[in-house]
Amino acid sequence: MRALVWHGKEDIRCDTVSDPEIEHSRDAIIKVSSCAICGSDLHLFHNFIPAMMPGDIMGHEMMGEVVEIGSGINDSLKKGDRIVVPFTINCGECDQCKRGNFSVCERTNRNKEMADKAFGHTTAGLFGYTHLTGGYPGGQAEYLRVPFADKTHIKVPDSLTDEQVLFLGDIFPTGWQAAVHCDIEPTDTVVVWGCGPVGQMTIRSAVLLGAKQVVAIDCIPERLSMAEAGGAITINFGKESVIERLNELTDGKGPEKCIDAVGLESHVSMGQPDTLLDRAKQVVMLENDRPHVLREMIYVCRPGGIISIPGVYSGLVDKIPIGMAMNKGLSFRMGQTHVRRWTDDLLRRIEEGQIDPSFVITHTVGLEEGPEMYKVFRDKQDSCIKVVLKP
Amino acid sequence: MSFLSNITRSEGDPKVLRSGPSSLGSSDRLARNLGWFSIGLGLAEVFAASTITRALGMHGKENVVRAYGVREITSGFITLSVDKQAGLASRIAGDALDIATLTSALRPDNHKRENVALALAVVAGITLVDIIATTTSTVRHSSSRGQRRSYDDRSGFPRGVEASRGAARNQLADRRPTPTTTNSRPSKPAGAGE
Repeated sequence: MRALVWHGKEDIRCDTVSDPEIEHSRDAIIKVSSCAICGSDLHLFHNFIPAMMPGDIMGHEMMGEVVEIGSGINDSLKKGDRIVVPFTINCGECDQCKRGNFSVCERTNRNKEMADKAFGHTTAGLFGYTHLTGGYPGGQAEYLRVPFADKTHIKVPDSLTDEQVLFLGDIFPTGWQAAVHCDIEPTDTVVVWGCGPVGQMTIRSAVLLGAKQVVAIDCIPERLSMAEAGGAITINFGKESVIERLNELTDGKGPEKCIDAVGLESHVSMGQPDTLLDRAKQVVMLENDRPHVLREMIYVCRPGGIISIPGVYSGLVDKIPIGMAMNKGLSFRMGQTHVRRWTDDLLRRIEEGQIDPSFVITHTVGLEEGPEMYKVFRDKQDSCIKVVLKP
Repeated sequence: MSFLSNITRSEGDPKVLRSGPSSLGSSDRLARNLGWFSIGLGLAEVFAASTITRALGMHGKENVVRAYGVREITSGFITLSVDKQAGLASRIAGDALDIATLTSALRPDNHKRENVALALAVVAGITLVDIIATTTSTVRHSSSRGQRRSYDDRSGFPRGVEASRGAARNQLADRRPTPTTTNSRPSKPAGAGE
């Protein structure tokens, strides 16, 4: 089969690889009908996430038709079912899964010992990601083996298109969880840093959850135009002061809720000197991530407010003003998404016509164009916001 | 490399059989080669400064050569990073500095000036390669490539923004599964309101 394979920094290739096989009785194989390039794939593309290996298949946002199932799969799944695959693999049986903390499932990371050493305790296995989270082959391929498939799936009805439901696997529940983490009240101003795909979903989620006003921050006009269409007040940080605008919008009190949908690769510019220092440290491996957005959120957030972090961070960051955060009494909520915790509810909202997540798709191409689309997405060419691949 | 990584893979995982087209373009590969070249040259300048100054008749300039070596290594790291255009630009600036320094060594009393002339020709050639790499890389990765669009018609809300505002405010139920063991402590997910 064909698959998009990681060969090193900025080197993704459309390779011919062997077909996946059932390894365990709870496995299933799906024929992938649609998959997407996620913003966090770019962190792998740039080799900012440790423990990738040449030959790793990319992709953690995918869906398709079940074509083979293991002997241990019960009635929950059968051949021919159309499913979306959550990017966090969950067993459904461990202590964390029973609490709904699916992204920290205790049993699905097959490199648990490595994760225990790196993180203190293991987190869940993830598709198409680092070997610290199991190194499971991803879904930017024609076929995918789904481990723990009896629990790791979202059945979707034929009445909805791939484009409407594909993002249930990652960015939609990720944006939703980020907004839910904010305990949004009707009087709240919610600010979302970053108008990439996760930022767009977060904006819609905050609107649905009833924030008084949602503010979106970015510097790319087409992304800001999409954010505005979704009901956000926009700030172009390349043209205006974020701090001044936020103070204007909140009567000088600051926003109650701040959401970081940027993560470890924040924009580097002369106007933000800390980003230059972070970038220099990254080049010589003195720091993993560029946490400019975290610093800015801590500064602008109203005392007693909440900071929610759906953006991916990989390791160590410097110069986080934790004293400021402590004295202001800020709460931090973050984590990989507990996808299955939210998807039944979100699927219902799509079916009822509350939201149609396909709005975010700007490019649809074949799998063979995947390597080029990584570059287009990374370089923000052709007004690219979200790429869907059709294997 | 793929052969080695295939060995380490789990039995049922797909293994690379044949490699296809890459996201790396020719300008990216050229930049990468120049980055490694920069680091190699920089190391030579740092650790063999005396040999270089002797060959060029520039006795007493060993520390200058070592400083240039550090500059080359820094440029090399930046060129190998995702900010390759900045690294290539710094290489061109370094080339200019090298040319100026070598030109000053072309004085008549330098009995190694033929070596200096040869070094100048090499640096000029490398400068040309650096300029080509910078230009092609800038064009390839420019964000202005392709069509610019506005997405101001993409709300994502079939019923419109205002009709959707707060639609989920009173419907957010606890999505956490009911605990199935007596040890499991029932609790609401963070932030789930009613």
